[in-house]
Amino acid sequence: MSWQLLVIQVFNGLVNGAFYALLSLGLAVIFGMLRIVNFAHGALYMLGAFTAYLLGERFGIGYWPALFIAPIAVAILGVVIERLLLRRLYDIAAAYNLLLTFGLTLLIQDGVRLLYGISGQPYAGPPQLAGATNLGFTFFPTYRLFVIGMSILLCGTTWFLIERTRIGAIVRACTENPTVTRAFGIDVSLWVTAVFGFGAALAGIAGVMAAPIYSVDPLMGADLIVTTFAVVVIGGLGSILGSVVTGFMVGVLVAIGSAIYPPIANTLIFILMALVLLLRPSGLFGLQEAR
Amino acid sequence: MQNLRIAAALLCAAPAAFAQEMSGGGIKIGLLTDMNGVYSAISGPGSLKAGEMAAEDFMKANKAFAGKVTVTAVDHQNKADIATNKANEMFERMDIDVIMDTVNSATALAIASVTQQRNKLFINTGAGTSQLTNENCNHNTFHYAYDNYMLANGTGTAVAKQGGKTWYMIYPNYAFGQNLERQMRAAVEKAGGKLAAPSDATPFPNTDFSTFLLKAQSLKPQVFGTMQAGADLVNVVKQYNEFGLKKQNIGLAIGLLFESDVAALGQDAYEGAIATVPWFWNLDSKATDWTRKFEKAFGKKPSFDQAAVYSAVTTYLEAIKRAKTDDPEKVIAALEGHKFSDFFAHDATIRKEDHRVILDVYQVKVKPKKDAKEDGDYYTKINTTPAKDAFTPLSESKCKMAQASR
Repeated sequence: MSWQLLVIQVFNGLVNGAFYALLSLGLAVIFGMLRIVNFAHGALYMLGAFTAYLLGERFGIGYWPALFIAPIAVAILGVVIERLLLRRLYDIAAAYNLLLTFGLTLLIQDGVRLLYGISGQPYAGPPQLAGATNLGFTFFPTYRLFVIGMSILLCGTTWFLIERTRIGAIVRACTENPTVTRAFGIDVSLWVTAVFGFGAALAGIAGVMAAPIYSVDPLMGADLIVTTFAVVVIGGLGSILGSVVTGFMVGVLVAIGSAIYPPIANTLIFILMALVLLLRPSGLFGLQEAR
Repeated sequence: MQNLRIAAALLCAAPAAFAQEMSGGGIKIGLLTDMNGVYSAISGPGSLKAGEMAAEDFMKANKAFAGKVTVTAVDHQNKADIATNKANEMFERMDIDVIMDTVNSATALAIASVTQQRNKLFINTGAGTSQLTNENCNHNTFHYAYDNYMLANGTGTAVAKQGGKTWYMIYPNYAFGQNLERQMRAAVEKAGGKLAAPSDATPFPNTDFSTFLLKAQSLKPQVFGTMQAGADLVNVVKQYNEFGLKKQNIGLAIGLLFESDVAALGQDAYEGAIATVPWFWNLDSKATDWTRKFEKAFGKKPSFDQAAVYSAVTTYLEAIKRAKTDDPEKVIAALEGHKFSDFFAHDATIRKEDHRVILDVYQVKVKPKKDAKEDGDYYTKINTTPAKDAFTPLSESKCKMAQASR
């Protein structure tokens, strides 16, 4: 393999990694706060893409406004889900959360399928980013470069928000010890809802960003979520930095793997996951505690 | 459903001279298809509607059959094991006389073997694998509409003859894709074309094809061939445009194209792409007339599979009429060698030797949106491959029945 192809593959991998990172980051944020593995995350990602499609189709709203509106819409849905449904399950076994979010996934997917059919919907990217950029050694679609940049920006901001600001301090406090935090006069339940909404918004924005690249269909999230869970396992549950770094890393590894031996591309992630589970069960960046 | 079945049973119980020669008193056509999954848009509920329309039209035209033909659909969920169970159940408990549609190669192969074991009838319209009339051919199985040989041979030959001499191809790494790639490569080489690089297998299912599109960019072939189908194909074409391959004069040849794939991206994304189809809705005035009726009943334009179901149901019922019984042996004898033409099948013959239904097929080019007269007006016909050249020649057939008759 020439070094040129290698570099190209690294960029390709970063694009896929951008989506893995955004989705697993959302999962990590939610898991950190709520101790819930949100199976409906893929469905929320799909809803983000569909919202963008509908905004364009029904109201003629283009990509840029959709990039803000769709995540907010998905976040509102997330808040509703948390307040109406998830809230009632915090005190019972974690398996019920899994069942609930998995059931929601099926409901959302089949609902969209009923309304819009199984085949995909067309969605054009922003005209400003059409075409390709000369990277010196190859022409790479400009929009894909934007996806990489945007994902890094979003992940960085989220990390900064949680690790370096007062908001983050409160969120971390709610996670560490809800009872004591409550004693300081902080409304923990409000923060739980907000965090779930934020995680949902991350899935929503990833969906909008994916719409111009991938087929916009009801199962687009189902395809991606399996890989994302593998990324979360490799990175370590609940670790913010871990999920982001692992997301990009897995994307690049798979891209290089698929250039050397295409059939292995999809399997490679799970080989990695198996290895990590064997050697370091809490994940590459996970805390050494069994949850 | 239960009520319908009871009603059908009651109807069939009514004594009638003709009914006594029909098993269970009536003719039961079962579509074993994908009702909810990835292929449901091109088959499933639309196929059921087409089948019902065919049965109604036939009963209207042939009073002796009035009230005797029923069409039901069963979901195989695209899984071969479920298809096997359901096929057994349909023949055994539901008294189904013939299974049709199918739409997925793995399920079709499973159904073909069940049908043979039970000595019933299977007329496949939706699955592509050419094994059904080659290695896995049997006395009870017929293959209608399209198959992989026809797709690959048609598109490969037509594009290479039009000057597309250098190719680079990708294919999904499962039975359908491997089979299609092999056939397409053979057709291209036979027509004087060559591969710029060995074809690449891609994972299935897959969302990201950028590796292969970048490879195509550096190889600069005249034609980029994709054997992907459904959502995978949509992703390939989306990214083909994103990487600007069309602007670099790399043409697009598609192994298996359905109108729903075009709708998923908008036809401009596919503009200039070439594919082979057994039928499309505005092929000629007969096709359009039928489409208007279907559209009125179903609310959407038909896929070629759905049109094929109508045609196959009619052909099957006509064979029963000629045979004067629905006994499988006699119906098979009535089908074998039968020549016919209808709104779907032009110049068709049901080959006795391998049970392949040969018919004229068409190479189409996707036209730009601005040339479309209405929604769904996607194709321009660029070539007709006559029935005798469109399918595997009997001399190359791997079907035991065909070899025995040589």
